[in-house]
Amino acid sequence: MSALVLDGLTKRYGPVTAVHGASLRIPHGQFVCLLGPSGCGKTTLLRMIAGLEDPSGGRLLIDGRDITTAPAHTREFGMVFQSLALFPHLTAGENIAYPLRIRGAAKAEQRKRADELLELVRLPGVADRPVSKLSGGQRQRVAIARALALSPKLFLLDEPLSALDAKLREAMQIELKQLQQRLGITTIVVTHDQREAMTMADLVVVMSQGRIHQAAPPMEVYRQPADAFVADFIGMTNLLEGEITAHGAVAVPGGRLHLPNLPPSGPVLLSVRPEDVIVHPAGLDGPNRLDGTLSFMRDLGASVEFRIDVAGREIVALTRPQDRPPVAPGGALSVEFPPAACVVLPPMAERPQ
Amino acid sequence: MIRRAPRGLAEHAPILFPALMLVVFFVIPFSLMIAVSVFRRVPGGFYEPDLVFANYERFLTAFFGGVMSFSLGLAALVAALAVGIAFPFTYRLVRLSRGAQIRWLVFLLSILSLSEVIIGFAWSTLLSRTAGITNLFVALGLMAEPQSLSPSFGALLAGLVYQAFPYTVLVLYPALARLDPYLEEAARTLGSSPLRAFFTVVVPALRNTIVATTIMVFVFALGSYLLPQLLGRPQHWTLSVLITDQAIYQSNMPFAAAMAVFLVLVSLALVGLALLAGRREETA
Repeated sequence: MSALVLDGLTKRYGPVTAVHGASLRIPHGQFVCLLGPSGCGKTTLLRMIAGLEDPSGGRLLIDGRDITTAPAHTREFGMVFQSLALFPHLTAGENIAYPLRIRGAAKAEQRKRADELLELVRLPGVADRPVSKLSGGQRQRVAIARALALSPKLFLLDEPLSALDAKLREAMQIELKQLQQRLGITTIVVTHDQREAMTMADLVVVMSQGRIHQAAPPMEVYRQPADAFVADFIGMTNLLEGEITAHGAVAVPGGRLHLPNLPPSGPVLLSVRPEDVIVHPAGLDGPNRLDGTLSFMRDLGASVEFRIDVAGREIVALTRPQDRPPVAPGGALSVEFPPAACVVLPPMAERPQ
Repeated sequence: MIRRAPRGLAEHAPILFPALMLVVFFVIPFSLMIAVSVFRRVPGGFYEPDLVFANYERFLTAFFGGVMSFSLGLAALVAALAVGIAFPFTYRLVRLSRGAQIRWLVFLLSILSLSEVIIGFAWSTLLSRTAGITNLFVALGLMAEPQSLSPSFGALLAGLVYQAFPYTVLVLYPALARLDPYLEEAARTLGSSPLRAFFTVVVPALRNTIVATTIMVFVFALGSYLLPQLLGRPQHWTLSVLITDQAIYQSNMPFAAAMAVFLVLVSLALVGLALLAGRREETA
């Protein structure tokens, strides 16, 4: 059974379409990241789910119930805003208890719930402090606690960690994930940070220009990108344009590769992750190898990065330091593309731009 | 930005001119007024130097008390109405597009540029029997025959609120423009209807701004002396009208001065309160 269903959700602002027919199925208890560059429509999509934007088309269902036009205050979803939007005239505890106060809960009950939630976000004892006296990380936790105060069906976060410094952000990512697992709450996070998405999510939804390109678990998005945009946006990749010449063979600049699962004919695009590219000294023959010259090399500690010029195209390869071939920049090399590591994508022309 | 205190004559020079102006046009006249307020009136003539407090003693009469409480009550009502209308208006205004905001602000500034006399006569015409809006109501079948709505307390109140409204919007504008627009949305996701979010989050978050603005409009309304004469009946005349009346028509300068001193002190005390409220908001 599916908890949340987005069925062709669309948002138009005059002539501009911010979200093109987004369809998605989010099962109960999943941690979903909407990932994409700024202006890709991910925040608009989240705001439509929250009820803060009216969709121009499509439907939104939760547990089979249509809530497309339900006002935000009737949805009972908890949301953390990018600015956090803590109420400046209230203390931390009063902020958290605000939704209970609106529902007419007794003072003692409000206080009890605020203390419970502060405990949950590991910030006990600050209930009476004004929010202006809290640090960035503490405000973050108060905003999370407030969004969770009513035990919502859906927990929505809009770039929640972007205001924190790198170290705190890392710690909060882990904590947010642990909190989500403990509560088993369906969570949707908007982020432009692919590392954040990859490390936290059960389901990564990659968006660009108002469209969902791929919705899949992080490793699948990384290993089996649906198209060139996803391959390029998630991590680093080598994109090779090629033409299928014969059964199971594709001509690329600088040579020919033999791969399984190729379409019968036409142009294709290959994506190969740098860590899958194998670097060999020149002159050793083998399958799926292209000759090139080393243009740049640098040590990254755990690995060595090679930039190799193959027929005018730059190929990036990462190897372990002990596998480094004895070549200086300007020297000849050959690079191997193992068939299993080559992902065949639709050619560039089909990429929606 | 230089943070240290200015030293020597040269560094104090930029404030010398305003300081001089303040002394010449405020401190000296106000001192003269205080002096006159304790002078003795000469019947049929003007006044002569003395040190009597008879003018201040007249504050204790029922007539003066009535005028004073009417003036304060009217100013309070105008302040409450002006802020009550201008606050939701400005809250909407800051969310409009830049172009629309500028058009509204220019329009409001143009109202501010109108003199009190023009506003007063415009309202008295608008509310008159011969040419007023009641003729429109009759044409629409809402009223049997046109009637005069001015002078009356309602007319006076409408005129004063109209005059104070643009001023109120301009004072509220910066604070509302700075308010995080997501506060209201956050309240909505937490279960408040838009109206409830406005009253439980937006209004309390700006409580001190509202208090400060109300006091400023109050002081502004307290000083009006033309509109009460144009739109009100004699029982609607404020302290300011009374001062004008005593000074110009009754030639009782000492009593007028005493009342003026009193009015200035009340105004200053209220402006002080407004500043105090504003400062507390900054530290919060």
